This record gives sequence, C-alpha cells and structure tokens, in this order.
Amino acid sequence: MSKLTRDDVLKLARLSRLRLSDEEIEKFQTELSEILEYVQQLENVDVSGLEPTYQVTGLANVTRKDEPIDYGVTQEDLLKNAPAVENHQFKVKRVL
Amino acid sequence: MADWPTLSDIASQVQDGKVTARELVEKSLVAIEENKEFDAVISMTSERARSRADEIDVRIKNGEQVGRLAGVPFIAKDNFLTLTGKTTAASNMLKPFEAPYQATAINKLEAEGAICVAKANLDAFAHGSSTENSDFFTTKNPHDKERVPGGSSGGSAAAVALGVVPFALGTDTGGSVRLPASFTGVVGYKPSYGLVSRSGVVAMASSTDVVGPLARSVEDTALVLDIMAGRDDLDSTTFERDKEPYGKDSLDLSGKKIGVIREYFGEGLEAGVRQNIEAAIDMLNSAGAQVSEVSLPSVPLALAVYYIICPAEVSSNLARYDGQRFGYNAPDTKNLDESYELSREQGFGAEAKRRIMMGTYVLSSGYYDAYYKKAQTVRTKIRQEFDKAFEEFDFLVGPTAPMPAFKIGERSKDPLQMYLTDIMTVAANISGNPAISVPAGTSDNLPVGLQIIGNYKDDRRLLAAARAYQELAS
Repeated sequence: MSKLTRDDVLKLARLSRLRLSDEEIEKFQTELSEILEYVQQLENVDVSGLEPTYQVTGLANVTRKDEPIDYGVTQEDLLKNAPAVENHQFKVKRVL
Repeated sequence: MADWPTLSDIASQVQDGKVTARELVEKSLVAIEENKEFDAVISMTSERARSRADEIDVRIKNGEQVGRLAGVPFIAKDNFLTLTGKTTAASNMLKPFEAPYQATAINKLEAEGAICVAKANLDAFAHGSSTENSDFFTTKNPHDKERVPGGSSGGSAAAVALGVVPFALGTDTGGSVRLPASFTGVVGYKPSYGLVSRSGVVAMASSTDVVGPLARSVEDTALVLDIMAGRDDLDSTTFERDKEPYGKDSLDLSGKKIGVIREYFGEGLEAGVRQNIEAAIDMLNSAGAQVSEVSLPSVPLALAVYYIICPAEVSSNLARYDGQRFGYNAPDTKNLDESYELSREQGFGAEAKRRIMMGTYVLSSGYYDAYYKKAQTVRTKIRQEFDKAFEEFDFLVGPTAPMPAFKIGERSKDPLQMYLTDIMTVAANISGNPAISVPAGTSDNLPVGLQIIGNYKDDRRLLAAARAYQELAS
C-alpha cells in the first residue's frame, strides 16, 4: 500500500467539501495512510462464496400507510436554526 | 455521592407520595452542580425538568398512575434530540442547534414519567473512545480525575458512576456504551441492532448505531431498555419486540453453555484485567454454568471492518452539515461552495474530518470494491462465526476492553491507538448481537468490565444472565 500523496488528500478534501489548512493536509496524509495500512489486513481474507452484509435485521421494504402524519413540527420550527431565511425559505449565497 | 434506590423503588416512592418528583429533580440538579469538576455534563435542562416534575406531582395528587419511571431523573447523551435547550453532539458544528422535535427514546421514557435533567458530554458526533474528541472539554473519570471515562458516552457513564442520576442514555456504534461503562464501573447495554428506535439521535454509522442505557444495576438497565424497545414508524430499521418484559428475573445459570472467546485473551490484554475476568468466569462456573473456550477466528478482523464501514457511513451522514439549513455557518464567504467548504472546515473537529475523508476514500470509485465491499463481505464471515457459536453456546464472554481507563492524553495523539481501544466491543456492532458490560472487580483501583454477548434478538435472556452474574458478584 502506497502512502497517500498530497494531491490524494487535496482531492478527498475537495470531494468532502473541507478546505483544509496546510498543517491539516500534512497531518491527514500520514494519519490516513496509517489507518489504510491497518485496514489492509482484510486484503488476504478469503471470502469466496460470501455475499456482503449491508444490514443485519433482514427487514426489507418497510413501508407505512400513504397518509400524511402530523409530527407537530411546523415550518417555522424547521427554519429557526437556519442562518438566513427569506419568505419562509432558506437563503443561501449565490451559486456562482 | 448521591445514593439512589432501584428505579422501580424510586417510581413507587414517588407514586405513593413518599417523595415528590420535584424533590428528586432538585436532588439531581444539586448533585450535578456539586460534581462540576468532572465535566460530565454539557448543559442542564432545569427549566423543563422542574415543570415536568411539578406536572407529575399534580397528577399524583389527583390520583393518577404516572408510570414505571415516575419522577426518575436521568441524563441523555447530547446526541439525543430534546425539546429543551441545545442538542450539540459536543460539536462546534451543532453548538447553537435547538432541536425541532424529540428522540423517540426520550419520548417513551417521558411517557413513563422519567425526567431528563441534563445533556451529557461525548466525543463530538460520538467519534471516539475517551470524550477527548469533544469540541468542548474532556470528562474526567470519577475513579481517577487524571483518567478518561471512556467514550464516546463518557459523560453519561461518569454521571451514573458519580450518582448524580440513577440512569443515563448513551449510544453504541463501536462500543460507545460498553467501553465507558467498563471504565467507570457501571452497567452499559448495547441492544440487538433494530430493537430501539434511533429516531431523533444524531446519526453516526447507521448500520451499527444503537441506543443503550447505562445504570448501576442490570435490573435498572433492563427496565429502561424494556421501555425504549420496540418498533417505531420513525425508524424503519426497528423490529417488533417480544412481549415478555426484560429484566424481571435473573436466569438460572446452571447448565447454561458459556463460551469464552479465545481471541480476546491474547497478548494485548492487561494482566489485571485478565485476572478479574478469569475470576468472573470462575464464578459463572461455580454457579453451574458449563464454561468452555470457543474460537471466533475472524473476530479480530472486526476492527478493520469497522474502520472502513463506520467512516463510509459517517462521510454520508455528515454530508448534511453544510451550514445552510442548521448548524455552524462560516462568516464572510463569497459564494455557496465556499460557504460549504468553510462552514465544514471550521465547524468540524479533527476526528470528524478524518472520518469524512477516510469514508470518502473507501467509497470512491476504484476503491469501493477493495475496501467497502470487501469489509461488508468480511462482516458476513464474522456474523456466520457468531451464528455458529450460538448454535452451541447460550452466551459468549470476554473482557469489555483490554485495559482499564487510561490517562487523559495517553492515546489522543495517535488516532489508530485510540481506535484499538474498541477492539473487543466492535464485533457485536458489526454482527448486530446484543452485548452488555457488567462491573467485574478492579485493577489498581480502576474498574474492569465483563462483557457478555447474547444471540441476536435474545436480549431478554442476555439481561437475565447478566443479572444472575451481578447477583453472584455482589
């Protein structure tokens, strides 16, 4: 397993929408490489004939009646934590 | 240290008018103030606690039956959404967050008369094993202030160990209830995956997150679980519970087959812990249980599996914190993209960033099969080994952690060293099995926890067996 490059870390940071400091980039380069090296032990485990487990309950297609439920939460309640609101909507910075 | 009768006794006393709910709430609030130096608590929910207590006292005066936890104060880990004060998950990201609705687990406890008096400290977003990853402060271990209480539910465990409340709520994604229970000498329970609703709990790794109680006895732990368990329309991973109540009786251990997990007794196990766990196993033997060794060869791989699956799910669950609808919003940004990047950069601590990055890596195209899919397939192997073991054994036992509480700062510089703390708890999260940590003596005056693992959905028998052990040990 090769060590993550600075560019690898920058690409991950961009995908994760994190603007890391130079210090963090260096730190994560080492730390993430170490963690990847640790999980590398799975590489040689024989899993032939086995399917992945994505969940353990065995429940599938859990649905409820297609009726509106009143959770007692208003639009105002949901907007109260927003940094900026206008006309009952979340207000964000321009996209471009 | 404040002392408390059993939860059932407290509720009876309140119902019978021997003590008021308000008196109990005040007792708890005073005890929290008196124990401030341990930093177990992020915020108090005094106002709502007092008004709920007064309401309960009026109902009792009017001759109403209030419930099985009438007037019982408790503390919730601060990743449970509550309709009072802030819900921070111990993160700068959620520092100002006021939840618009309340967790199902809290609603169910309130419906039985329990009263939430405070929110407990944790590693931010429950990422950690010591509370040192809290963005606010580190909780101190009640047994030694220079040591950690374990994590991530460290504040909840410390609060119970200090006796400021008779029980607390935590969450266990890789060991976060059992580890701090072990480090602080209390009982901590991780239910079968899907038994308790996570609606209104800040999500970490959704395929292993469970809600679990911490208390001083198995009996109390079981009562809290009994109230919280069961299907919830708001969490589609929950299943219908069995009808019989949990924790009413202890199990006759005579003839029960108990498997000692060989892989948990290797080199990394501290001598003092080994000694206590072996003594606990001898006790089970003397009670007539048929104890023998069992090997689960893939269980040591569970931590590597976990540190692929968990960050993968974390990177997805934490994508919602973009600074636009709730949570931290960075000032002075030029456009939306910069607002996302800077809000997340400034709002998340180091461990959250580390897990987001790691998760993004293992899920990215080209690496998905080699890491994520491989980990999920090894997960199947681990589950199969557990299933096979439970064809032969009623319960599996081992230590909860390889060591007692470590010193603050001892492991926090190396993330991998911190991850290794969970080496014995994490397998049950990967497999979904229920597991409990019960106090089993001390090593150099620091508590040690015995871990008992049950078959999937066999929570009632696991609690009954743990209760039997606790009766033997006391």
